Amino acid sequence: MITATDKVGIVIVSHSAKVALGAAEMVAQMVGSDIPLAWTGGNSEGGLGTSVEQIIDAINAAWSEAGVAILVDLGGAETNSEMAIEMLPLERQDRVVICDAPVVEGAIMAATESWGGSDLDTVRRTAEEFGKKMD
Amino acid sequence: MDIHGSVQLVHAGGLHARPAVALTKLAKTFRAKILIAASAEGPWIDAKSVVKVMGMKTPAHSTLFFHALGDDARAAIEAMTRLVEEDFSGAPE
Repeated sequence: MITATDKVGIVIVSHSAKVALGAAEMVAQMVGSDIPLAWTGGNSEGGLGTSVEQIIDAINAAWSEAGVAILVDLGGAETNSEMAIEMLPLERQDRVVICDAPVVEGAIMAATESWGGSDLDTVRRTAEEFGKKMD
Repeated sequence: MDIHGSVQLVHAGGLHARPAVALTKLAKTFRAKILIAASAEGPWIDAKSVVKVMGMKTPAHSTLFFHALGDDARAAIEAMTRLVEEDFSGAPE
């Protein structure tokens, strides 16, 4: 049996705390709570934006030895997520990926794949496969 | 073991997001290769691929066809058809 800690963690990063929370709620309801899941949204002043520190905290909260897949919405969410990854301990950096997928849909696809015990690369590819179908 | 099965989709919204996730999760609990189609002639898609299952966009009251290959194929077909019959209430947590 695969336990939650063996499954790829999912981190949702949005400019809006409400969007991030809503996406996390959809994952929890549709896929379940048996995967490491964390979300962050908004800047440290409570406005729209993203915070490198909060993204690092979210990655650590969803940490799994299988790695962490991050779903982001727009520009700063991606660049700040890249910075957050660079500030992680070296041994963790290559086990965190940013998925090129829509944040809500990608989170559900990634979480479903993680739930089934897939590895980090498969989780990322599944989220990105959905994004490509939208083109 | 090579098992076929079919079941009518009763879910009001058809095979939309939540049922697609439930179906994929259940499929992933079996070792068998599980294929699903909205027609007996196919096209057959991998029931363990959440993206592909969601992409089927099967409307309500259509019939879903399953085909499973592997040592637990019979249990897989029974569980998959039961999930659809029970309107996706019995998905694994």
